[in-house]
Amino acid sequence: MQTLRTLVVDDELGMRLGIQKALSRYKMQLPEVTEEIGFIVEMAESAEEAIEKITTDRPDILLLDYKMPNMSGLDLLERINVQESEMVTIMITAYASLETAVTAIKKGAFDFLAKPFEPNELKKAIKKAAQNLILARQVRKLEQEKHQVRFQFISVLGHELKSPLNAIEGYLNIIHEHISGDDLKAYDGMVDRSIVRIQGMKKMIADLLDLTRIESGQKKREIGACDLRTLTKTAIEGVLPTANARNITIELNADEPVNMLADASEIEIVLNNLITNAVKYNRDSGKVRITLKKEDDLVKIAVSDTGIGMSAEDSAKLFKEFVRIKNDKTRHIDGSGLGLSIVKKIATIYNGDVNVTSQPNVGSTFNVRLRSEENEPTEAV
Amino acid sequence: MNTAKKILLVDDDIDFLAQMQTRLKTLQYEVIMAEGQQEAEKILAETKPDLAILDLMMEQVDGGFALAYHLKQKYPDVPVILCTAVANETGIEFDASTDEERTWIKADVFLPKPVRFEQLVREMERLLQEKA
Repeated sequence: MQTLRTLVVDDELGMRLGIQKALSRYKMQLPEVTEEIGFIVEMAESAEEAIEKITTDRPDILLLDYKMPNMSGLDLLERINVQESEMVTIMITAYASLETAVTAIKKGAFDFLAKPFEPNELKKAIKKAAQNLILARQVRKLEQEKHQVRFQFISVLGHELKSPLNAIEGYLNIIHEHISGDDLKAYDGMVDRSIVRIQGMKKMIADLLDLTRIESGQKKREIGACDLRTLTKTAIEGVLPTANARNITIELNADEPVNMLADASEIEIVLNNLITNAVKYNRDSGKVRITLKKEDDLVKIAVSDTGIGMSAEDSAKLFKEFVRIKNDKTRHIDGSGLGLSIVKKIATIYNGDVNVTSQPNVGSTFNVRLRSEENEPTEAV
Repeated sequence: MNTAKKILLVDDDIDFLAQMQTRLKTLQYEVIMAEGQQEAEKILAETKPDLAILDLMMEQVDGGFALAYHLKQKYPDVPVILCTAVANETGIEFDASTDEERTWIKADVFLPKPVRFEQLVREMERLLQEKA
């Protein structure tokens, strides 16, 4: 059970006791919260006493009498400054004029209760206040979590971008200081490595832009009829030079066109990532097998390689941002660590998913399932 | 000056390795490089370096620690410099300046990454001199 601390501030003892009696055994249920909610009631007989209690240990709900000797409820509200997610205030008053209500709410009160009231009216007001409080707290928690995730992302990104810059700066300094004397070949090697690191960085930035565009939903999607087989063939052509250089063969199993409604550029990103990976993480003279299938509204893409594979432990974290499996075998393979998280994001957009089965030193198979986008049929070709 | 002291340099960052090697060579050091713990252990089985510079973060997160430990077991008199970006990434501060710390951290000096070359050379020269 979740307990909300309620402070009743009223100069009339009868009122304080009445409220305590009504609330101390009251339990409520909220749709968003699984736990039952109960109340602990504390009391203060003056605004001064209340301020002391609020400053030492803040209650969740404040039931505040408007008219009290010395300091009024409104003055109290002015003295304390709390956000809604920290404490909600219900004003109690016999002078239930619109004017006092407006003033109280302007000063931070959440609701209004007119004297005399029935226990049921009190419970209704309390329920509303509790609901508001708990929702506000949930929203704040979510925002904090989101903030945290973004902060983490940026800090990892910063590190990932700094590392190629450090490397390039290191080479430039050596060249600048002529550390290798007249050995021009040595300098050529340093320039080559710098170019490799710059290209890696450019690829990472391109991936990053893809990722943010997909996530923000700002990119205008152009849904139309796509033939996956044609798109796959184009993707294969793109990696063919790299594959040929290492004698890797690529096989496509799709006897007929595989049509779906999709944004072709998104599907291209998925195919390019999977096929490039299958070549990159393959062994020399290895094989890549791509299978396309359509089952009802589901399109299935399977990309298998005969490469280095990975442990179950590694495959579990593979689709997270900036995750790269680090071991002897992957050390000389460059990558942004973003490709597969992009694939996953796109699969999710298409109400689908992606998974991997893998065996170290045997190979990996990536399975992507996508559902055709629903769209008024454009002129399908 | 230096009579071709053998320096073992272990790091999974091949650019860092290449740059350090280039710079150390001009100072007349002989540089033996390894890209990981295993490779380094193989070298250590046959060769005794005069000094070792190890990266803390290799494929096993604590690869540098394990390597430093094995190295000190086999060659207690070889000074070890551990380079690490750990403090940068996690906020954890390491040091090896007290005896108590040196009992569990088998390194003589910790250097934060990115390593400043002048500082590295200063530490190397100091450690090699102390040893001699």
